[in-house]
Amino acid sequence: MKKLMYDPLNIVICGIGGQGNVLAAELVASAMNDLEYRVAEGETYGAAQRGGSVMSHVRVSADTDLGVLIPAGEAHFIIGFEPLETLRIARRYANPGTRIIYDPRPVYPQSVLRGRTVYPDLEDLKAEIDSLCKEAIQVPAADIALECGDSRAANIALIGAFSCLEGAPLDTKALEEVVAQRFKGAVLALNQKVFALGCEAAKEAVR
Amino acid sequence: MDWTLTTNAPGKIVLMQGNEAIVRGAVESGIHFAASYPGSPSSQILGMLGKIAKERNFYAQWATNEIAAFQACLGTSFAGARSICIVKQNGLLCIADALFCAAQHGIKGGVVVVTSDDPSAHSSTNEFDSRHMALSASIPMLEPTNMQEAKDMVPYAFEISERTKQVVIIRLTTRVCHGRGSVALGQIPETQRKLDVVDEWDRMVCVSFRHQVMLDTLEAARELFEESPYNHYSGPEHPEKLIVAGGTGCLYTKEALHLLGDPADVGLLELGTVWPLPEKLLLDKLRTAKEVLAVEEVDPFLEDELLRLAGREGLDLKIWGRNEGTINRVGELDPDHVLPAVSAFTGLPMPPRQKTSDVPLLTRDLNFCAGCPHRATFFVLKQAMRREKVPGIVVGDIGCYYMAGSEAGQYGWQVNNCMGSGINVAEGLGQLSAYGMDQPVVTMCGDSTFFHTVLPGLCNASYHNSNMLLIVLDNSATAMTGFQPHPGTGLTAMGDEVKPMSIRAICEAMNCTVEEADPFEIEETTALLNDMLHRPGLKVLIMKQPCATLMAKSRKEKVTVWVDQDKCLGDNCGCDRFCSRVWGCPGNSWDFKAGKAVIDPVSCVGCGVCAKLCPQGAIQVKKEARA
Repeated sequence: MKKLMYDPLNIVICGIGGQGNVLAAELVASAMNDLEYRVAEGETYGAAQRGGSVMSHVRVSADTDLGVLIPAGEAHFIIGFEPLETLRIARRYANPGTRIIYDPRPVYPQSVLRGRTVYPDLEDLKAEIDSLCKEAIQVPAADIALECGDSRAANIALIGAFSCLEGAPLDTKALEEVVAQRFKGAVLALNQKVFALGCEAAKEAVR
Repeated sequence: MDWTLTTNAPGKIVLMQGNEAIVRGAVESGIHFAASYPGSPSSQILGMLGKIAKERNFYAQWATNEIAAFQACLGTSFAGARSICIVKQNGLLCIADALFCAAQHGIKGGVVVVTSDDPSAHSSTNEFDSRHMALSASIPMLEPTNMQEAKDMVPYAFEISERTKQVVIIRLTTRVCHGRGSVALGQIPETQRKLDVVDEWDRMVCVSFRHQVMLDTLEAARELFEESPYNHYSGPEHPEKLIVAGGTGCLYTKEALHLLGDPADVGLLELGTVWPLPEKLLLDKLRTAKEVLAVEEVDPFLEDELLRLAGREGLDLKIWGRNEGTINRVGELDPDHVLPAVSAFTGLPMPPRQKTSDVPLLTRDLNFCAGCPHRATFFVLKQAMRREKVPGIVVGDIGCYYMAGSEAGQYGWQVNNCMGSGINVAEGLGQLSAYGMDQPVVTMCGDSTFFHTVLPGLCNASYHNSNMLLIVLDNSATAMTGFQPHPGTGLTAMGDEVKPMSIRAICEAMNCTVEEADPFEIEETTALLNDMLHRPGLKVLIMKQPCATLMAKSRKEKVTVWVDQDKCLGDNCGCDRFCSRVWGCPGNSWDFKAGKAVIDPVSCVGCGVCAKLCPQGAIQVKKEARA
């Protein structure tokens, strides 16, 4: 077992119901369990499935049993499926050492589409996210997935990107194995392609 | 991950959801029988049990409601079977009468009820604390702190149940049900225990003289819990400051103590046996303590019991907790509530945090899924009601369509009590038409709710000829909780195909006037609704259109919906952005740069209803065979 950079290591995955956030968390948690760490994972879903804000917490330790929720300010990584949700989570869970990877594509809340409110300026969102962490990288995960033929694979693009982040607790291989266990046939092929493109995009964004 | 549920690999460590851990625990207990009605957050348990039931040679059933599920477990127990019943907090309330009577007549083979409380009501309409049921029914209750205990407590609960001849409840909360953790697997027995031959003189009867037996049983359980391996103490032998925690509160407290520098003078007592409380174990620590903090989910149950104990024993204790006010009284526990509470209790300063903006961020309201037939139904209902001379009264019910009370469903209903209540509330209102109330009365229920509790209400309303309309939202699924089968679907939990029951035939047998409609046929269905509102007596309208999530999974052709922005007139149209502002499907977005409508290809499932509604015909639908 490789020594963890932090113990416990805390990862928040956030987005909107229906984006595949829970599955992404489960894949990361499974990969860490397969590497023989003790893992705790918490998911918020249920009614939140229908368009609400959703987050999952993944916590990893060499030997300690952990609660399934991360205390405020204690996230080491944040994986965001949407910029407003990423900021919401960064405000609560980030600290000056946190690394963030997120899809900059906005998904408008109903109140924006119905004309009652205005979605925040994208540059303002980016600036505030940047100010709350060590490094924030944008990866166009939904666009990558759409180009490959299925928007539902955006979550796989993001965990692909996460695996190629500097200091990520998982290498690409460990996550790829979990993806291969979970999917079959054409869906697996699609997910493998999306995973690799996500990883490329993360490397590109850092350069 | 079926193999983690059925593989006999003792000691192997796997990542398990709390719900999965209960399934594994049931398999390791060698159960004969399992029954449940779906309710989040524990709905997945029986679904998984159903999938492995044939392989492990037990019976699993999605029952029509919780009462049927629990009483079936009592039946199998009479023949010595080990039975498990899974409910959510509201389901536990449904079985209250049966539970109180069972507590008095006792059981033969072990009966374990797994109940899930939903603090913060993530997937419920209310918060409830099941521990009150254990207390008032005099039934032993356990509560796990993590996934390992969730699994291990199932065989332990069966052991307690069989030693005391009493039902045992395991209380879960959402974070345990939906959380995941590392679990070391245990041994699966080769075969189940042999069933008993029921003797002519065997009895299991609720009679008043059993009251004392029930109370004695509770004391026997208390003695067993004094020695339970699920109560842990850590800290100084005679602590002045003591924290008593249960369930998720245990790990949150441990982490809080760690973040505050692991103070050596604070004791932590983690209680896995919720009811009856191990009083000797508690008093051993309480006698030297000056202050106690109770950390627990939902109600100040432990806190109140500590006050009671302190009063009875004449202890001079300051007791902190949810009632006293150090911990949030409403909403779930989390580290961000527990850490400040433990900091205040111990007097240790909070760890520093970076400052963040307090400008509020936009929140996200709940919405029906893209392509959901309920959106169409409630649009049609609103249209029909607006065409009436006097406004109608709409009574809601519990299911995905609960959201129709908000903007997502055009603020579609005005009253909502509990599951299956709509028919009865409307029945009462419908009787007032003979006493001067001249407003149409409408209520609704889903197809699963129809079988769950609406049947007796419909019987009553039809027999008494209430002047009202029941809309059955038949989407062929128990969609809210994850598509479990019900008597209208023709499937069982174990995957067997059986003859489905026709909702229409049932309604007709109850002498109701029945019509069927497709909510996606907006004009036709609105006209039918208006017509039905003016027919006298009890009417039933069955809205048939499968759940969009089911449709998206099974659709053979690829459907693309897009907006022809040359045809869309934007804000010059006069439709007031009907698609994104009024219709409000997540697939209907707005192109703020072009000032025109756009379809969000990520959300759209291709139902095409918005294309029928666009006044300019700007929304296009293309169907092609899947590659």
